[in-house]
Amino acid sequence: MIVADQKDITEIIAMTEGYRNILVIGCDTCVTVCLAGGAKEVAILASGLRLAAKASGRQVEVHETSIERQCEKEFVDALHSAVKGQDLLISTGCGIGVQTIAEQFPQIPVVPALNTKMLGLPERQGVWVERCQACGQCILDKTGGICPISRCSKSLLNGPCGGSQNGKCEINKDIDCGWHLIYERLKALGRLACLEEIMPAKNWSTSRDGGPRKVIREDMCL
Amino acid sequence: MKAGSRLEQLLTRGEFVATAELGPPKSADIQLIKRKAEILRGFADAVNITDNQTAIVRVSSVAAGKIALDEGLEPIIQMTCRDRNRLAMQADILGAYVLGLRNLLCLSGDHQSFGNHPQSKNVYDLDSIQLVQMFKNMRDEKVFQCGEEIRNTKKSEIMEPRMFLGVAANPFGDPFEFRVVRLAKKIKAGADFVQTQCIFDLPKFKRWMQMVVDQGLHEKVYILAGIMPIKSPKVLQYMKNNVAGMSIPDELIRRMEGAKDAKAEGVRICVELIQQAREIPGVRGVHIMAVEWEEIVPTIVKDAGLWPRPQVG
Repeated sequence: MIVADQKDITEIIAMTEGYRNILVIGCDTCVTVCLAGGAKEVAILASGLRLAAKASGRQVEVHETSIERQCEKEFVDALHSAVKGQDLLISTGCGIGVQTIAEQFPQIPVVPALNTKMLGLPERQGVWVERCQACGQCILDKTGGICPISRCSKSLLNGPCGGSQNGKCEINKDIDCGWHLIYERLKALGRLACLEEIMPAKNWSTSRDGGPRKVIREDMCL
Repeated sequence: MKAGSRLEQLLTRGEFVATAELGPPKSADIQLIKRKAEILRGFADAVNITDNQTAIVRVSSVAAGKIALDEGLEPIIQMTCRDRNRLAMQADILGAYVLGLRNLLCLSGDHQSFGNHPQSKNVYDLDSIQLVQMFKNMRDEKVFQCGEEIRNTKKSEIMEPRMFLGVAANPFGDPFEFRVVRLAKKIKAGADFVQTQCIFDLPKFKRWMQMVVDQGLHEKVYILAGIMPIKSPKVLQYMKNNVAGMSIPDELIRRMEGAKDAKAEGVRICVELIQQAREIPGVRGVHIMAVEWEEIVPTIVKDAGLWPRPQVG
């Protein structure tokens, strides 16, 4: 899922400077699961903004709402009546949510309350870890189901660099060496021979490097 | 001959070679490069010119290499995958070649979080194995990475860069058993010579070399053992605790601590390691990494009985 966390409240307060009618919009999908932008976080943020406005003597109305998915226009359309009369929208959705709202309501400024971090999984309560960089060309079949693009700090494709020690990455002793994990997994599967092959230079054009990406499913198009 | 460099000629001839390292300055100080070159001239068969070493911005390795070449050294240009994509790397090898540089060492490079621009965007378009493969194909197949022939127009002559290609190997990184496989991959990709991470743990290095010899890899590539002179026990302790991929025996730290003159002891250890490494089957030379202590290299080379250096041509 998409993992995000909330910006420092002072940064969000600064974004509201000069606005009187503010709507904080939550999203009930990924950011609710990662406890960053669901209805509960919207409520906390909205009261924080009200307190800040009061403390600085500003006349501000802060409203709250949440929708199922900020990333889909159909859901965002449902905001029409709530948006009426607002002069600032604060999205607690991921970066896609913020942009969908901006596209649907071009006449009202929308600002992000979150920093969208990564595609990851909840490792344990309160801890999320990156597992995919959406590079557009999956090689997990060759690497024992562990992604070297996201889990090796250098995104190497042919094994661990010289800095791997005791199973940890050279940049931080708390980070697992992705290639060490791959090695151990393939060893357990009896597939170490996979690592003897040279993995060729990657085609990054399916990643960020190919420009803004678009997926078209002809069979699904109306 | 693949490139005809002095390093290649000496290794082919069976000489026990000695290479050293020249770290370019963190400023536009050309005199520093010249001073270091002056110290090393005549004491190393070839000199590695580091590339933004430890992810700290310095004079580019190609530019410093050209200056070192003009000062009478034979440079080995280092190139890391951290700072360039495949376009820049191929442009730089063409550039290095037209400037007369003939050796190139392919590295992943330390992650930028160690250096003076930790917030930078790294590249890692290729890894070091793909890098050496790309350069080998440029030399032997005369094609760019994209498959296009290396010439200006369809009618013009093919003019490929001919470099003697090196890689690094760390016998002390983990997983230990994979380190020999990784070396084999680097050889398969096109490595002509190998310089190892600096050796302090001789028994572990011997175990690694035994595995290398058992697989016959020493006959496919020239292996130079990395040696680093240490000025104080503190430096050793620091490396043990903070530098990834190092194996440093406590016994060595105690020996340095017990020494009256730590610098002299560091040199003695270095000379002993060179002599012991020389006895290991498959080791074809040493690579002396005197980081920011280039002045000590002549003493080490002399004390280790490696001076004068052989001549070529």
